[in-house]
Amino acid sequence: MDIQIEKLTKTYGPQRAVNNISFDVKTGEVLGFLGPNGAGKSTTMKMITGYIGIEEGDIRIGGKSVTDPESNFKQHIGYLPENNPLYLDMPVIDYLAFCASLQGVEKTKINSRIREMIGLCGLNREKHKKIGELSKGYRQRVGLAQAMIHNPEILVLDEPTTGLDPNQIIEIRKLIRDLGKEKTVILSTHILPEVEATCDRILIINRGEIVANGTPETLRKQAQDNEVLRVRIEDAEAGKIIKSLNALDTVQDVDPIQREENVFEVQSVAQQSSKRNIFNLCVEKKWVLTELTPLETKLEDIFRNLTVN
Amino acid sequence: MNIIWTIAKRELATFFDSLIAYIILVLFLGFSGFFTWLYGNDIFLVGQANLRVFFNIASWSLFFFIPAITMKMLAEERKTGTLELLLTKSVSDREVILGKFLGSILLVCIALAATLPYVITVSNIGNLDNGGTICGYLGLLLLSITYTAIGIFASSITTNQIVAFMTALLISLFFQIIFGVLAQNFTGSLGQIFDTLDLQSHFESISRGVLDSKDLVYFLSITVLGLYLGEWSLSKRHIS
Repeated sequence: MDIQIEKLTKTYGPQRAVNNISFDVKTGEVLGFLGPNGAGKSTTMKMITGYIGIEEGDIRIGGKSVTDPESNFKQHIGYLPENNPLYLDMPVIDYLAFCASLQGVEKTKINSRIREMIGLCGLNREKHKKIGELSKGYRQRVGLAQAMIHNPEILVLDEPTTGLDPNQIIEIRKLIRDLGKEKTVILSTHILPEVEATCDRILIINRGEIVANGTPETLRKQAQDNEVLRVRIEDAEAGKIIKSLNALDTVQDVDPIQREENVFEVQSVAQQSSKRNIFNLCVEKKWVLTELTPLETKLEDIFRNLTVN
Repeated sequence: MNIIWTIAKRELATFFDSLIAYIILVLFLGFSGFFTWLYGNDIFLVGQANLRVFFNIASWSLFFFIPAITMKMLAEERKTGTLELLLTKSVSDREVILGKFLGSILLVCIALAATLPYVITVSNIGNLDNGGTICGYLGLLLLSITYTAIGIFASSITTNQIVAFMTALLISLFFQIIFGVLAQNFTGSLGQIFDTLDLQSHFESISRGVLDSKDLVYFLSITVLGLYLGEWSLSKRHIS
Protein backbone atom coordinates (compact mmCIF):
# COMPACT_ATOMS: atom_id res chain seq x y z
CA MET A 1 0.00 0.00 0.00
CA ASP A 2 1.49 3.32 -1.07
CA ILE A 3 1.49 6.53 0.90
CA GLN A 4 1.36 9.87 -0.87
CA ILE A 5 1.90 13.03 1.09
CA GLU A 6 1.05 16.29 -0.60
CA LYS A 7 1.89 19.77 0.62
CA LEU A 8 1.35 18.83 4.23
CA THR A 9 1.37 21.72 6.68
CA LYS A 10 0.81 21.90 10.43
CA THR A 11 1.25 24.91 12.69
CA TYR A 12 1.39 25.01 16.45
CA GLY A 13 0.65 28.60 17.38
CA PRO A 14 3.12 30.83 15.56
CA GLN A 15 5.45 27.91 14.83
CA ARG A 16 5.27 25.86 11.66
CA ALA A 17 5.97 22.32 12.76
CA VAL A 18 5.56 20.92 9.27
CA ASN A 19 5.81 23.26 6.33
CA ASN A 20 4.46 22.25 2.95
CA ILE A 21 6.17 18.86 2.63
CA SER A 22 5.44 16.33 -0.09
CA PHE A 23 6.80 12.82 -0.55
CA ASP A 24 5.78 9.30 -1.57
CA VAL A 25 6.49 5.95 -0.01
CA LYS A 26 5.94 2.84 -2.08
CA THR A 27 5.17 -0.72 -1.15
CA GLY A 28 8.32 -2.69 -0.43
CA GLU A 29 10.23 0.37 0.61
CA VAL A 30 11.74 1.29 3.96
CA LEU A 31 11.88 5.04 4.37
CA GLY A 32 14.20 6.49 6.99
CA PHE A 33 12.96 9.72 8.46
CA LEU A 34 15.82 11.77 9.83
CA GLY A 35 16.04 15.14 11.45
CA PRO A 36 17.15 16.94 14.58
CA ASN A 37 14.84 17.15 17.58
CA GLY A 38 11.78 19.23 16.87
CA ALA A 39 12.17 19.01 13.12
CA GLY A 40 8.62 17.77 12.62
CA LYS A 41 9.22 14.02 12.30
CA SER A 42 6.79 12.94 14.99
CA THR A 43 4.18 15.47 13.92
CA THR A 44 4.24 14.08 10.39
CA MET A 45 3.97 10.53 11.71
CA LYS A 46 1.05 11.51 13.92
CA MET A 47 -0.74 12.93 10.92
CA ILE A 48 -0.09 9.81 8.84
CA THR A 49 -1.48 7.60 11.59
CA GLY A 50 -4.52 9.82 12.06
CA TYR A 51 -3.84 10.93 15.63
CA ILE A 52 -3.82 14.60 14.74
CA GLY A 53 -5.73 16.23 11.94
CA ILE A 54 -4.31 17.70 8.79
CA GLU A 55 -4.29 21.46 8.58
CA GLU A 56 -3.40 21.89 4.93
CA GLY A 57 -2.49 19.40 2.24
CA ASP A 58 -3.44 15.77 2.03
CA ILE A 59 -2.27 12.28 2.91
CA ARG A 60 -3.41 9.46 0.67
CA ILE A 61 -3.05 5.90 1.82
CA GLY A 62 -3.63 3.30 -0.88
CA GLY A 63 -5.10 6.05 -3.02
CA LYS A 64 -7.70 7.12 -0.44
CA SER A 65 -7.44 10.37 1.47
CA VAL A 66 -7.26 10.04 5.26
CA THR A 67 -9.77 12.86 5.54
CA ASP A 68 -12.34 10.68 3.80
CA PRO A 69 -14.58 9.36 6.60
CA GLU A 70 -15.24 6.22 4.55
CA SER A 71 -11.60 5.14 4.46
CA ASN A 72 -10.69 2.79 7.30
CA PHE A 73 -7.02 3.58 6.80
CA LYS A 74 -6.15 3.00 10.46
CA GLN A 75 -6.72 -0.72 9.95
CA HIS A 76 -3.84 -0.85 7.48
CA ILE A 77 -1.36 0.94 9.72
CA GLY A 78 0.72 -0.43 12.57
CA TYR A 79 2.08 2.37 14.70
CA LEU A 80 4.79 2.45 17.34
CA PRO A 81 4.70 5.93 18.89
CA GLU A 82 7.61 7.78 20.40
CA ASN A 83 8.33 6.72 24.02
CA ASN A 84 6.27 3.58 23.43
CA PRO A 85 3.24 4.21 25.68
CA LEU A 86 1.67 0.97 26.95
CA TYR A 87 -0.86 -0.06 29.59
CA LEU A 88 1.57 -1.02 32.32
CA ASP A 89 -1.01 -2.81 34.43
CA MET A 90 -1.91 -5.32 31.71
CA PRO A 91 -0.27 -8.69 31.09
CA VAL A 92 1.48 -8.95 27.71
CA ILE A 93 -0.90 -11.55 26.29
CA ASP A 94 -4.04 -9.68 27.36
CA TYR A 95 -2.69 -6.47 25.91
CA LEU A 96 -1.95 -8.08 22.55
CA ALA A 97 -5.41 -9.64 22.53
CA PHE A 98 -6.92 -6.23 23.26
CA CYS A 99 -5.00 -4.62 20.38
CA ALA A 100 -5.86 -7.43 18.00
CA SER A 101 -9.51 -7.12 18.85
CA LEU A 102 -9.50 -3.33 18.34
CA GLN A 103 -7.78 -3.73 14.99
CA GLY A 104 -10.48 -6.05 13.78
CA VAL A 105 -8.56 -9.33 13.77
CA GLU A 106 -11.04 -12.19 13.56
CA LYS A 107 -11.74 -13.86 16.89
CA THR A 108 -10.60 -17.28 15.75
CA LYS A 109 -7.29 -15.89 14.49
CA ILE A 110 -6.41 -13.77 17.52
CA ASN A 111 -4.65 -16.54 19.43
CA SER A 112 -2.53 -17.67 16.52
CA ARG A 113 -1.56 -14.06 15.73
CA ILE A 114 -0.53 -13.51 19.35
CA ARG A 115 1.55 -16.68 19.32
CA GLU A 116 3.22 -15.61 16.11
CA MET A 117 4.03 -12.13 17.45
CA ILE A 118 5.37 -13.52 20.72
CA GLY A 119 7.67 -15.80 18.77
CA LEU A 120 8.72 -13.09 16.34
CA CYS A 121 9.50 -10.53 19.05
CA GLY A 122 11.08 -13.00 21.48
CA LEU A 123 8.57 -12.47 24.28
CA ASN A 124 7.96 -16.09 25.14
CA ARG A 125 9.34 -15.98 28.67
CA GLU A 126 7.65 -12.70 29.59
CA LYS A 127 4.24 -13.33 28.00
CA HIS A 128 2.39 -13.73 31.31
CA LYS A 129 4.10 -10.83 33.07
CA LYS A 130 2.53 -7.44 33.42
CA ILE A 131 4.01 -4.91 30.99
CA GLY A 132 5.03 -2.70 33.93
CA GLU A 133 7.33 -5.47 35.19
CA LEU A 134 9.28 -5.66 31.94
CA SER A 135 12.56 -3.90 31.19
CA LYS A 136 12.68 -1.18 28.58
CA GLY A 137 13.90 -3.44 25.81
CA TYR A 138 11.10 -5.93 26.36
CA ARG A 139 8.53 -3.13 26.47
CA GLN A 140 9.86 -2.01 23.11
CA ARG A 141 9.28 -5.52 21.80
CA VAL A 142 5.73 -5.44 23.11
CA GLY A 143 5.32 -2.11 21.30
CA LEU A 144 6.50 -3.69 18.07
CA ALA A 145 4.30 -6.72 18.61
CA GLN A 146 1.18 -4.58 19.09
CA ALA A 147 2.04 -2.59 15.96
CA MET A 148 2.27 -5.74 13.85
CA ILE A 149 -0.47 -7.81 15.47
CA HIS A 150 -3.01 -7.27 12.68
CA ASN A 151 -0.42 -7.82 9.94
CA PRO A 152 -0.72 -4.26 8.61
CA GLU A 153 0.45 -3.24 5.18
CA ILE A 154 2.02 -0.07 6.53
CA LEU A 155 4.30 0.24 9.54
CA VAL A 156 5.05 3.61 11.09
CA LEU A 157 7.79 3.28 13.68
CA ASP A 158 8.94 6.27 15.73
CA GLU A 159 12.42 5.41 16.98
CA PRO A 160 11.95 1.65 17.08
CA THR A 161 15.31 0.61 18.51
CA THR A 162 15.64 2.91 21.52
CA GLY A 163 16.35 0.97 24.69
CA LEU A 164 17.34 -2.24 22.97
CA ASP A 165 20.68 -3.97 23.52
CA PRO A 166 23.04 -4.41 20.54
CA ASN A 167 21.88 -7.96 19.82
CA GLN A 168 18.26 -6.94 19.87
CA ILE A 169 19.00 -3.95 17.67
CA ILE A 170 20.49 -6.24 15.04
CA GLU A 171 17.50 -8.57 15.29
CA ILE A 172 14.99 -5.74 15.02
CA ARG A 173 16.80 -4.18 12.06
CA LYS A 174 16.78 -7.52 10.31
CA LEU A 175 13.08 -7.85 11.12
CA ILE A 176 12.38 -4.40 9.69
CA ARG A 177 14.36 -5.21 6.54
CA ASP A 178 12.42 -8.44 6.07
CA LEU A 179 9.10 -6.74 6.68
CA GLY A 180 10.11 -3.94 4.33
CA LYS A 181 10.26 -6.34 1.39
CA GLU A 182 6.48 -6.60 1.20
CA LYS A 183 5.24 -3.78 3.39
CA THR A 184 5.57 -0.03 3.43
CA VAL A 185 7.71 1.05 6.35
CA ILE A 186 8.41 4.54 7.64
CA LEU A 187 10.83 4.74 10.53
CA SER A 188 12.32 7.70 12.29
CA THR A 189 15.58 7.57 14.14
CA HIS A 190 18.51 9.57 15.44
CA ILE A 191 20.93 6.72 14.89
CA LEU A 192 22.52 7.26 11.49
CA PRO A 193 24.14 3.83 11.01
CA GLU A 194 20.68 2.41 11.58
CA VAL A 195 19.37 4.25 8.56
CA GLU A 196 22.14 2.86 6.40
CA ALA A 197 21.52 -0.63 7.73
CA THR A 198 17.76 -0.68 7.25
CA CYS A 199 16.50 1.98 4.88
CA ASP A 200 16.15 2.04 1.12
CA ARG A 201 15.60 5.74 1.10
CA ILE A 202 16.39 8.63 3.40
CA LEU A 203 14.36 11.72 4.00
CA ILE A 204 16.03 14.44 6.01
CA ILE A 205 13.73 17.03 7.46
CA ASN A 206 14.74 20.24 9.20
CA ARG A 207 12.46 22.90 10.68
CA GLY A 208 9.47 21.32 9.03
CA GLU A 209 10.95 21.22 5.56
CA ILE A 210 12.48 18.42 3.52
CA VAL A 211 16.16 19.15 2.94
CA ALA A 212 17.20 15.85 1.36
CA ASN A 213 15.41 12.91 -0.20
CA GLY A 214 17.11 9.93 -1.82
CA THR A 215 19.05 6.71 -1.33
CA PRO A 216 22.15 6.88 0.88
CA GLU A 217 24.33 6.66 -2.25
CA THR A 218 22.68 9.55 -4.08
CA LEU A 219 22.86 11.71 -0.96
CA ARG A 220 26.56 11.00 -0.73
CA LYS A 221 27.10 11.84 -4.37
CA GLN A 222 25.20 15.09 -3.99
CA ALA A 223 27.16 16.07 -0.94
CA GLN A 224 30.53 15.24 -2.44
CA ASP A 225 31.61 16.71 -5.75
CA ASN A 226 35.30 15.83 -5.80
CA GLU A 227 36.80 12.40 -5.38
CA VAL A 228 39.00 11.99 -2.32
CA LEU A 229 41.47 9.07 -2.20
CA ARG A 230 43.48 7.79 0.69
CA VAL A 231 46.86 6.75 -0.70
CA ARG A 232 49.75 4.97 0.93
CA ILE A 233 53.01 4.61 -0.95
CA GLU A 234 56.09 2.80 0.32
CA ASP A 235 59.76 2.90 -0.73
CA ALA A 236 59.90 6.65 -1.31
CA GLU A 237 60.36 9.95 0.45
CA ALA A 238 57.27 11.87 1.41
CA GLY A 239 58.43 15.13 -0.15
CA LYS A 240 59.10 13.49 -3.50
CA ILE A 241 55.75 11.77 -3.51
CA ILE A 242 53.86 14.96 -2.79
CA LYS A 243 55.69 16.73 -5.56
CA SER A 244 54.96 13.97 -8.08
CA LEU A 245 51.34 13.65 -7.06
CA ASN A 246 50.81 17.37 -7.39
CA ALA A 247 52.28 17.18 -10.85
CA LEU A 248 49.48 14.87 -12.01
CA ASP A 249 46.90 16.86 -13.99
CA THR A 250 43.86 15.27 -12.34
CA VAL A 251 45.04 16.06 -8.81
CA GLN A 252 43.86 19.24 -7.17
CA ASP A 253 45.32 18.92 -3.71
CA VAL A 254 47.50 16.55 -1.69
CA ASP A 255 47.18 16.46 2.04
CA PRO A 256 49.73 14.44 4.03
CA ILE A 257 47.97 12.92 7.03
CA GLN A 258 50.72 10.66 8.35
CA ARG A 259 53.97 11.90 6.88
CA GLU A 260 56.21 9.23 8.39
CA GLU A 261 53.95 6.44 7.15
CA ASN A 262 53.58 8.09 3.72
CA VAL A 263 49.79 8.29 3.93
CA PHE A 264 48.12 11.05 1.94
CA GLU A 265 44.67 12.25 1.07
CA VAL A 266 44.50 13.13 -2.57
CA GLN A 267 41.65 15.30 -3.80
CA SER A 268 40.94 15.16 -7.52
CA VAL A 269 39.76 17.87 -9.82
CA ALA A 270 35.97 18.01 -10.07
CA GLN A 271 34.35 15.23 -12.14
CA GLN A 272 37.66 13.40 -12.61
CA SER A 273 39.31 10.38 -11.05
CA SER A 274 43.01 10.14 -10.24
CA LYS A 275 43.09 6.41 -9.46
CA ARG A 276 44.65 5.31 -12.75
CA ASN A 277 47.13 8.18 -12.78
CA ILE A 278 48.34 7.39 -9.26
CA PHE A 279 48.75 3.74 -10.12
CA ASN A 280 50.65 4.51 -13.30
CA LEU A 281 52.84 6.98 -11.44
CA CYS A 282 53.80 4.31 -8.92
CA VAL A 283 54.57 1.81 -11.67
CA GLU A 284 56.71 4.32 -13.49
CA LYS A 285 58.68 5.32 -10.37
CA LYS A 286 58.76 1.74 -9.03
CA TRP A 287 57.09 2.75 -5.80
CA VAL A 288 54.94 0.25 -3.95
CA LEU A 289 51.33 1.27 -3.68
CA THR A 290 49.91 -0.40 -0.54
CA GLU A 291 46.65 1.49 -0.13
CA LEU A 292 44.28 3.27 -2.48
CA THR A 293 40.85 3.80 -0.94
CA PRO A 294 38.13 6.16 -2.08
CA LEU A 295 36.86 8.11 0.94
CA GLU A 296 33.11 8.47 1.16
CA THR A 297 31.41 11.31 2.93
CA LYS A 298 29.87 9.97 6.07
CA LEU A 299 26.14 10.24 6.56
CA GLU A 300 26.87 12.16 9.73
CA ASP A 301 28.56 14.88 7.71
CA ILE A 302 25.70 15.10 5.24
CA PHE A 303 23.25 15.30 8.13
CA ARG A 304 25.23 18.05 9.85
CA ASN A 305 25.65 20.04 6.66
CA LEU A 306 21.95 19.97 5.96
CA THR A 307 20.59 20.61 9.42
CA VAL A 308 23.02 23.00 11.10
CA ASN A 309 22.47 26.52 9.92
CA MET B 1 -20.36 -2.19 19.19
CA ASN B 2 -17.71 -4.85 19.32
CA ILE B 3 -15.01 -2.24 19.85
CA ILE B 4 -16.98 -0.42 22.55
CA TRP B 5 -17.40 -3.73 24.34
CA THR B 6 -13.67 -4.52 24.02
CA ILE B 7 -12.73 -1.18 25.55
CA ALA B 8 -15.34 -1.53 28.31
CA LYS B 9 -14.07 -5.01 29.18
CA ARG B 10 -10.52 -3.73 29.46
CA GLU B 11 -11.59 -0.87 31.71
CA LEU B 12 -13.45 -3.26 33.98
CA ALA B 13 -10.51 -5.68 34.09
CA THR B 14 -8.19 -2.79 34.97
CA PHE B 15 -10.47 -1.75 37.84
CA PHE B 16 -10.35 -5.21 39.32
CA ASP B 17 -6.62 -5.64 38.68
CA SER B 18 -5.69 -2.41 40.36
CA LEU B 19 -7.83 -2.85 43.49
CA ILE B 20 -9.74 0.37 42.71
CA ALA B 21 -12.85 -1.69 42.11
CA TYR B 22 -12.61 -3.44 45.48
CA ILE B 23 -11.94 -0.23 47.37
CA ILE B 24 -14.89 1.48 45.73
CA LEU B 25 -17.20 -1.48 46.28
CA VAL B 26 -16.24 -1.75 49.95
CA LEU B 27 -16.57 1.99 50.52
CA PHE B 28 -19.87 2.22 48.65
CA LEU B 29 -21.40 -0.74 50.48
CA GLY B 30 -19.95 0.34 53.82
CA PHE B 31 -21.08 3.94 53.49
CA SER B 32 -24.58 3.24 52.23
CA GLY B 33 -24.99 0.20 54.51
CA PHE B 34 -23.97 2.15 57.61
CA PHE B 35 -26.45 4.96 57.02
CA THR B 36 -29.20 2.63 55.85
CA TRP B 37 -29.08 0.16 58.73
CA LEU B 38 -27.18 1.63 61.64
CA TYR B 39 -27.10 5.38 61.91
CA GLY B 40 -29.37 8.45 61.79
CA ASN B 41 -32.69 8.31 59.97
CA ASP B 42 -32.22 4.65 59.31
CA ILE B 43 -34.58 2.21 57.71
CA PHE B 44 -36.10 1.11 61.05
CA LEU B 45 -37.14 4.63 61.97
CA VAL B 46 -39.51 4.89 59.03
CA GLY B 47 -41.53 1.88 60.14
CA GLN B 48 -42.38 0.95 56.56
CA ALA B 49 -41.02 -1.86 54.44
CA ASN B 50 -39.42 0.26 51.75
CA LEU B 51 -35.92 1.20 50.68
CA ARG B 52 -36.35 4.98 50.28
CA VAL B 53 -33.72 5.64 52.93
CA PHE B 54 -31.24 3.46 51.07
CA PHE B 55 -31.97 5.08 47.70
CA ASN B 56 -31.40 8.50 49.19
CA ILE B 57 -28.10 7.51 50.82
CA ALA B 58 -26.98 5.64 47.70
CA SER B 59 -27.56 8.71 45.54
CA TRP B 60 -25.10 10.58 47.74
CA SER B 61 -22.51 7.84 47.78
CA LEU B 62 -22.69 7.50 44.00
CA PHE B 63 -22.30 11.27 43.73
CA PHE B 64 -18.95 10.91 45.53
CA PHE B 65 -17.69 7.64 44.12
CA ILE B 66 -18.49 7.99 40.43
CA PRO B 67 -15.99 10.86 39.93
CA ALA B 68 -13.40 8.61 41.58
CA ILE B 69 -14.19 5.88 39.05
CA THR B 70 -14.14 8.14 36.01
CA MET B 71 -11.27 10.47 36.93
CA LYS B 72 -8.51 8.35 35.41
CA MET B 73 -10.43 7.24 32.32
CA LEU B 74 -8.99 9.75 29.84
CA ALA B 75 -6.76 11.94 32.02
CA GLU B 76 -4.33 9.11 32.72
CA GLU B 77 -4.31 7.88 29.13
CA ARG B 78 -3.54 11.36 27.95
CA LYS B 79 -0.76 11.73 30.49
CA THR B 80 0.98 8.44 29.72
CA GLY B 81 0.45 8.79 25.97
CA THR B 82 -1.55 5.57 25.63
CA LEU B 83 -4.41 7.66 24.27
CA GLU B 84 -2.35 8.19 21.12
CA LEU B 85 -1.88 4.46 20.73
CA LEU B 86 -5.57 3.83 21.37
CA LEU B 87 -6.83 6.45 18.93
CA THR B 88 -4.50 5.33 16.14
CA LYS B 89 -6.06 1.88 16.22
CA SER B 90 -9.10 1.54 14.01
CA VAL B 91 -11.23 3.11 16.70
CA SER B 92 -13.22 6.33 16.58
CA ASP B 93 -13.25 8.96 19.33
CA ARG B 94 -16.89 8.15 20.00
CA GLU B 95 -16.16 4.46 20.46
CA VAL B 96 -13.46 5.29 23.01
CA ILE B 97 -15.80 7.57 24.97
CA LEU B 98 -18.66 5.07 24.88
CA GLY B 99 -16.37 2.16 25.79
CA LYS B 100 -15.07 4.00 28.83
CA PHE B 101 -18.61 5.05 29.75
CA LEU B 102 -19.88 1.47 29.52
CA GLY B 103 -16.92 0.21 31.57
CA SER B 104 -17.66 2.56 34.45
CA ILE B 105 -21.40 1.89 34.28
CA LEU B 106 -20.70 -1.82 34.56
CA LEU B 107 -18.71 -1.22 37.73
CA VAL B 108 -21.57 0.86 39.15
CA CYS B 109 -24.00 -1.93 38.22
CA ILE B 110 -21.87 -4.44 40.09
CA ALA B 111 -21.94 -2.14 43.14
CA LEU B 112 -25.72 -1.79 42.88
CA ALA B 113 -26.14 -5.54 42.42
CA ALA B 114 -24.21 -6.06 45.63
CA THR B 115 -26.97 -4.21 47.51
CA LEU B 116 -29.62 -6.76 46.47
CA PRO B 117 -29.35 -8.49 49.88
CA TYR B 118 -30.90 -5.30 51.33
CA VAL B 119 -33.94 -5.90 49.15
CA ILE B 120 -34.18 -9.51 50.26
CA THR B 121 -33.82 -8.55 53.92
CA VAL B 122 -36.50 -5.86 53.80
CA SER B 123 -38.91 -8.02 51.84
CA ASN B 124 -38.59 -10.61 54.60
CA ILE B 125 -39.40 -8.06 57.29
CA GLY B 126 -42.54 -6.72 55.69
CA ASN B 127 -44.56 -6.32 52.52
CA LEU B 128 -42.13 -4.66 50.12
CA ASP B 129 -43.38 -2.42 47.33
CA ASN B 130 -41.80 -4.18 44.36
CA GLY B 131 -42.62 -1.51 41.79
CA GLY B 132 -41.19 1.21 44.00
CA THR B 133 -38.00 -0.78 44.53
CA ILE B 134 -37.48 -1.36 40.83
CA CYS B 135 -38.09 2.34 40.18
CA GLY B 136 -35.61 3.20 42.93
CA TYR B 137 -32.91 1.14 41.29
CA LEU B 138 -33.80 2.61 37.92
CA GLY B 139 -33.43 6.07 39.46
CA LEU B 140 -29.99 5.17 40.82
CA LEU B 141 -28.99 3.83 37.43
CA LEU B 142 -30.13 7.00 35.65
CA LEU B 143 -28.33 9.14 38.22
CA SER B 144 -25.21 7.01 37.70
CA ILE B 145 -25.14 7.38 33.94
CA THR B 146 -25.58 11.13 34.34
CA TYR B 147 -22.71 11.51 36.77
CA THR B 148 -20.54 9.08 34.77
CA ALA B 149 -21.01 11.15 31.64
CA ILE B 150 -20.09 14.29 33.59
CA GLY B 151 -17.06 12.48 35.04
CA ILE B 152 -15.88 11.34 31.62
CA PHE B 153 -16.16 14.85 30.28
CA ALA B 154 -14.16 16.16 33.28
CA SER B 155 -11.52 13.50 32.68
CA SER B 156 -11.25 14.44 29.01
CA ILE B 157 -10.27 18.05 29.64
CA THR B 158 -7.17 17.49 31.77
CA THR B 159 -4.15 15.25 32.25
CA ASN B 160 -4.37 15.42 36.03
CA GLN B 161 -6.61 12.91 37.78
CA ILE B 162 -7.15 15.10 40.84
CA VAL B 163 -8.27 17.99 38.64
CA ALA B 164 -10.59 15.61 36.81
CA PHE B 165 -12.05 14.39 40.12
CA MET B 166 -12.61 17.87 41.51
CA THR B 167 -14.09 19.17 38.25
CA ALA B 168 -16.50 16.26 38.06
CA LEU B 169 -17.48 16.75 41.68
CA LEU B 170 -18.01 20.47 41.17
CA ILE B 171 -20.22 20.02 38.11
CA SER B 172 -22.13 17.22 39.80
CA LEU B 173 -22.57 19.36 42.92
CA PHE B 174 -24.63 21.84 40.91
CA PHE B 175 -27.02 19.11 39.85
CA GLN B 176 -27.01 17.34 43.19
CA ILE B 177 -27.71 20.31 45.44
CA ILE B 178 -26.95 23.83 44.19
CA PHE B 179 -29.70 24.03 41.56
CA GLY B 180 -32.14 22.77 44.20
CA VAL B 181 -31.12 25.50 46.65
CA LEU B 182 -31.29 28.15 43.94
CA ALA B 183 -34.74 26.93 42.93
CA GLN B 184 -35.98 27.59 46.47
CA ASN B 185 -34.50 31.09 46.50
CA PHE B 186 -35.84 32.28 43.17
CA THR B 187 -39.38 32.73 42.09
CA GLY B 188 -40.94 32.90 38.66
CA SER B 189 -39.43 31.50 35.53
CA LEU B 190 -35.86 31.57 36.90
CA GLY B 191 -36.95 29.42 39.81
CA GLN B 192 -38.71 27.15 37.35
CA ILE B 193 -35.52 26.73 35.33
CA PHE B 194 -33.45 25.89 38.40
CA ASP B 195 -36.13 23.49 39.56
CA THR B 196 -35.99 21.72 36.19
CA LEU B 197 -32.22 21.51 36.39
CA ASP B 198 -32.22 20.11 39.92
CA LEU B 199 -31.34 16.43 39.75
CA GLN B 200 -32.62 15.55 43.22
CA SER B 201 -36.22 16.36 42.46
CA HIS B 202 -36.16 14.22 39.30
CA PHE B 203 -34.45 11.41 41.17
CA GLU B 204 -36.93 11.58 44.05
CA SER B 205 -39.95 11.43 41.80
CA ILE B 206 -38.59 8.30 40.11
CA SER B 207 -37.55 6.63 43.37
CA ARG B 208 -41.02 7.36 44.76
CA GLY B 209 -42.24 5.08 41.98
CA VAL B 210 -43.48 7.72 39.56
CA LEU B 211 -42.10 7.07 36.10
CA ASP B 212 -42.42 10.25 34.10
CA SER B 213 -40.96 10.70 30.63
CA LYS B 214 -39.86 14.21 31.68
CA ASP B 215 -37.45 12.70 34.20
CA LEU B 216 -36.11 10.18 31.71
CA VAL B 217 -35.51 12.93 29.17
CA TYR B 218 -33.76 14.98 31.85
CA PHE B 219 -31.27 12.27 32.80
CA LEU B 220 -30.65 11.07 29.26
CA SER B 221 -30.11 14.55 27.86
CA ILE B 222 -27.45 15.42 30.47
CA THR B 223 -25.78 12.07 29.77
CA VAL B 224 -25.74 12.61 26.02
CA LEU B 225 -24.50 16.17 26.48
CA GLY B 226 -21.69 15.03 28.81
CA LEU B 227 -20.55 12.30 26.43
CA TYR B 228 -20.80 14.61 23.46
CA LEU B 229 -18.66 17.23 25.20
CA GLY B 230 -16.16 14.51 26.08
CA GLU B 231 -15.93 13.50 22.44
CA TRP B 232 -15.57 17.12 21.40
CA SER B 233 -12.78 17.62 23.90
CA LEU B 234 -10.93 14.56 22.51
CA SER B 235 -11.31 15.82 18.96
CA LYS B 236 -9.77 19.19 19.87
CA ARG B 237 -6.32 17.61 19.38
CA HIS B 238 -6.91 17.87 15.64
CA ILE B 239 -6.98 21.66 15.55
CA SER B 240 -4.56 22.86 18.23
